[in-house]
Amino acid sequence: MTLPVLEARLDEPSLEINPALTTRWLEAFLRDEMIERRGIGKAIIGLSGGIDSALVAYLCARALGPENVYAIRMPYRSSSASSLADAQRVIDALGIHGETIEISDAVDGYLKHAPDADARRKGNVMARMRMLVLFDQSARRGALPVGTGNKTERLMGYFTWHADDTPPVNPIGDLFKTQVWALARHLGVPNEVVDKPPSADLEANQTDEGDLGITYAKADRILNLILFGYRDDAIVARGFAPEEVRLVRRRVDSTHWKRHLPTTALVSGTAINEFYLRPVDL
Amino acid sequence: MHAALVQFKPRKGDVAANLAAMREVFAQLVPTDVELIVFPEAALTGYYLEGAVYELARDSREMVRTLGETWRAAGGSRPVDVVVGFYENVAGTFYNSAVYVRCDALGGAHAVHVHHKMFLPTYGVFDEERFLTRGRRLSVFESAFGPAAILICEDAWHALMPTVAALKGAQLIIVPSASPGRGLTGVEELESNARWKAILSSSAAEHGVYVLYAALTGFEGGKGMSGATCAFSPRGDLLASAGPLDPCIVSVRLDVGEVELARATIPLLGDLSAVLPDLWLDEEIPVRRRVEERA
Repeated sequence: MTLPVLEARLDEPSLEINPALTTRWLEAFLRDEMIERRGIGKAIIGLSGGIDSALVAYLCARALGPENVYAIRMPYRSSSASSLADAQRVIDALGIHGETIEISDAVDGYLKHAPDADARRKGNVMARMRMLVLFDQSARRGALPVGTGNKTERLMGYFTWHADDTPPVNPIGDLFKTQVWALARHLGVPNEVVDKPPSADLEANQTDEGDLGITYAKADRILNLILFGYRDDAIVARGFAPEEVRLVRRRVDSTHWKRHLPTTALVSGTAINEFYLRPVDL
Repeated sequence: MHAALVQFKPRKGDVAANLAAMREVFAQLVPTDVELIVFPEAALTGYYLEGAVYELARDSREMVRTLGETWRAAGGSRPVDVVVGFYENVAGTFYNSAVYVRCDALGGAHAVHVHHKMFLPTYGVFDEERFLTRGRRLSVFESAFGPAAILICEDAWHALMPTVAALKGAQLIIVPSASPGRGLTGVEELESNARWKAILSSSAAEHGVYVLYAALTGFEGGKGMSGATCAFSPRGDLLASAGPLDPCIVSVRLDVGEVELARATIPLLGDLSAVLPDLWLDEEIPVRRRVEERA
């Protein structure tokens, strides 16, 4: 008699999240880090019409109350009308404050001195202009800018340094994009926002997955395995093409600098963050 | 014996505010018959201090005196035992410590025991050994319940530690902790808290000891201290558990008869005591080999 053979699966760290528990955890994070540590009970968010900033708006409205959340839409002349409309859906659904501040004049005022700027440079100028506006509006309202970068784009370096990553608190920076989707669905973010292809909306027909060269579903699993220390051959053994693994690892390995503060020349035994070490919340 | 485990949310680096919060806890417990109050690891200052530990660490005698005065100021007019985790300065050597203090009815107090954390996590999100010196001894002392030991946080993750404590006679293991929560995949609770409960339950059941776990809560620079303050019976059963997020008090009543019953039913500790000499003499155990090499 031949005995049945039970094949064990290859282990893979899970990307599933418990959305109810995650929501409670992130609400507590926002209240503790904003109200208790910084004494600021108002949030200001750059609301793009995409899923990341929509999710952050939902979390802030739950944690702080919708009356304490300011959503600023900052379109450039080439931004799609549907992005503005999607952002408005979020504002209406939550009952948070909404305001639209065009950045076209400010961006073009600089770009007329940079006629050779390509799409990437223009995109960076827009991102940095939005952060300038957001911080000025935060000072006007006594509201803390809240970050909207997710873990996938942070790891892939798919953001503008010292622009998207500048807000002092970020509730979703340790959530992969697929986890952002799961949480957004759980919280009732409008389907129009959740289901559309993610896009930086800097050029017509631009999508994140087109820019990155891989789907988020695949990228997130590969990133998760890389972060847990798996070698390339072990990741390929879990069902990925070698070129997909190489693409993702190359993006991570070439962007470590984007996840750090500027490199400072160490000349003393008291260099800040090297010898002089203090936590952010002391 | 009635114990109160305090799930505590300190203000970072603000010793005066945290002592005031402890005084409020004492005031709430004064009218009860509580005999032992347990605060978490680093309750006096918060957990992540980095280099500020050298400014905020305290002499244990000062800590003991302050606790006695705080109990009295809260209206405590009977004796009570208190465990508090704090960063300790011993003449320029710094420890992650927990002191077991006996407060009297008149504002006085003395230290029954001070445990220096032996396993200082220094990996990933942890950086303790960069700033602190590790303890060298696991001792059993006489608590309000009977023979007890203190294990601070990672101390309890090494199965040998509760084993040694139990072999030395402990019937109660007190675990002050500060655990940054991680793993939101669990159905009902954080993965790190599920792991904690599995470890604590296993320690209690294997050795027939009560395990009392008191943990910090609240976020420190994005890292959420994961609470889940809880108590396990000598059979390894969960007696009570707090959630991860809010300060609270877990009240638990301990009965020495439960320890005897658990050990009589499943005498694993007695078995281990009998077999331990054979294990210890096993020349393949690395520590033994190193001793021989030195000889």
